[in-house]
Amino acid sequence: MSAPLLEVNDLKKHFQLGGGLFRKRAFVYAVDGVSFTIARGETLALVGESGCGKSTVGRAILRLFDITAGQVVLDGRRIDDLPAGTLRPLRRRVQVVFQDPFSSLNPRMRVRDILAEPIRNFGLANSARDLDARIAALMDKVRLPRDAIDRWPHEFSGGQRQRIGIARALAAEPDLIVCDEAVSALDVSVKAQIVNLLQDIQQELGLALLFISHDLAIVEHMTHRVAVMYLGKIVEVAPKRAIFAAPRHPYTKALLSAVPVPEPGAARERIILKGDVPSPITPPKGCRFHTRCPYAFDRCRSEEPALRPTETGHLAACHLHDLPDAQNPMVAM
Amino acid sequence: MSVEALDRVAIPAGLAVAPALPDVLPPVKLRRGFIGFVRRHPTVAIGGALVLLLIAMALLAPYLATVDPTALAPARRTRAPSPEHWFGTDMLGRDIYSRVVYGARVSLLVGFSVALLSSLVGLAIGLVSGFLRWADGVIMRVMDGLMSIPPILLAVALMALTRGSVQNVIMSITIAEIPRVSRLVRGVVLSLREQPYVDAAVAAGTRTPAIILRHILPNTLAPMTVQATYICASAMIIEAILSFIGAGTPPTIPSWGNIMAEGRALWQVKPFIIFFPALFLSVTVLAVNLLGDGLRDALDPRMAKEY
Repeated sequence: MSAPLLEVNDLKKHFQLGGGLFRKRAFVYAVDGVSFTIARGETLALVGESGCGKSTVGRAILRLFDITAGQVVLDGRRIDDLPAGTLRPLRRRVQVVFQDPFSSLNPRMRVRDILAEPIRNFGLANSARDLDARIAALMDKVRLPRDAIDRWPHEFSGGQRQRIGIARALAAEPDLIVCDEAVSALDVSVKAQIVNLLQDIQQELGLALLFISHDLAIVEHMTHRVAVMYLGKIVEVAPKRAIFAAPRHPYTKALLSAVPVPEPGAARERIILKGDVPSPITPPKGCRFHTRCPYAFDRCRSEEPALRPTETGHLAACHLHDLPDAQNPMVAM
Repeated sequence: MSVEALDRVAIPAGLAVAPALPDVLPPVKLRRGFIGFVRRHPTVAIGGALVLLLIAMALLAPYLATVDPTALAPARRTRAPSPEHWFGTDMLGRDIYSRVVYGARVSLLVGFSVALLSSLVGLAIGLVSGFLRWADGVIMRVMDGLMSIPPILLAVALMALTRGSVQNVIMSITIAEIPRVSRLVRGVVLSLREQPYVDAAVAAGTRTPAIILRHILPNTLAPMTVQATYICASAMIIEAILSFIGAGTPPTIPSWGNIMAEGRALWQVKPFIIFFPALFLSVTVLAVNLLGDGLRDALDPRMAKEY
């Protein structure tokens, strides 16, 4: 296997809270030691509940803020510590599609200008004519009519706006697109179309996608591998088929059991987790999931499990895998 | 690494998938031209028409006025409105109609200048405050300090430091109004900075100056314009108040505040001296506020399709 396109090593992002003159400083441990890789042309889905830090990971890769610790390596080059000027040309290679199709386009820019911005910034067009040709090609690629380029964003529907957002991301000719809940705000039929569009574009251009989502049904279609996040940490990474067939972390198992089965009467065993997600300001000691884990034992409360291979290509962070298989509820099924 | 092909989402035939999706919404049929605009934004039309009328009156004052507004005629003082003196005469026999017509010049000059100046300065301060975190604390505390003094009091205090002239009135009211604009701009900038399209522009390699020019500034324009009209109206009132209490425009210049100040002593017996300048001030302030309210709706491109 060749070197990965993107490598994230022990990424941490702690947001400072308050910290006024008389208040104690506190931190939100939004992302607290996350590592993964994405290969060229691969889709990695990052899933988890709201507030688990998955969007923060995406924004850190885009370098929309400075990270607290760790490394982001793009194609063998560390990008998390580059000064803004050195980073700018490299930004071309990682683009983003956001969730909300209404706030992701500047209401005061026409589609043409929205698409021209990255092309101009990275000097991709060598003439005004080339610029027009590129913009037209982008419109074709996302299946919008070419004559829509002189319209304003508010003249489009949500799905159409999302296509414009995708076209803008493609305009920079990136290697990786971070799709931050890119289809979550769309209704079902539009969602399916955008998912297919993303897949077609990915195959055509050999793009890698970091697909951030909480919608497991879509993830099952979209992705090659899945990384599951809980409270700022990755608890399990595995190829899609492996994780959907045999999750190796209790949290993943509970998460998957919540996916509705599109078949009347086909009841799946639901695992209802007790309690709420603990606050990322004061994350629990030991395994972060122990407060809600049905299988937690003493070691989970004191020692944090590392993300380790359970079988080929499958990583899980759970102490249960140190137990003999017969006592491991994550294996014996 | 070879990447496996993923299966597409099967869209069931029965599911009502919007068939011809690459259609763009047809543009909403709007009546174009002047009449269409007036129908959609009647407040802008009324306010704008009144403001234009007042501007015309100020510009054409020499032609509209019947006599020299400063000409004294002690023999004909405190006359009631008549065909000869439409609004009557004051205690020095000056024609109130001519004075009111000329007074529009002062009010509009002060109103527009203050709106423009305080918008420009406030915009600059607000942008700096919204973009530089370290400067924000200092600037905003200074603005809080300025805002803790009522604008009229602040303007009076500033006028006490200089001699009365129209320029000084404009400067004093501008300083008193700047905090309001900078607060507004700062708030708008802070919320715009968090917009996904700004993040997307950063990811697309746009430099900070271009981000401000292309993504931040155009989106502050609508709230700024609305705020500017309110400031214009409030500046006219403050100017009149300053003149009324003798801290504003020098009494040799006919301004609405001055005319009212001069009529103050006689208002119980000769109310028309105060009534006419007050009426014009009220109508002007109302017109500018109507314009502001209407612009707030008209400037929002998202509102356009709702009509």
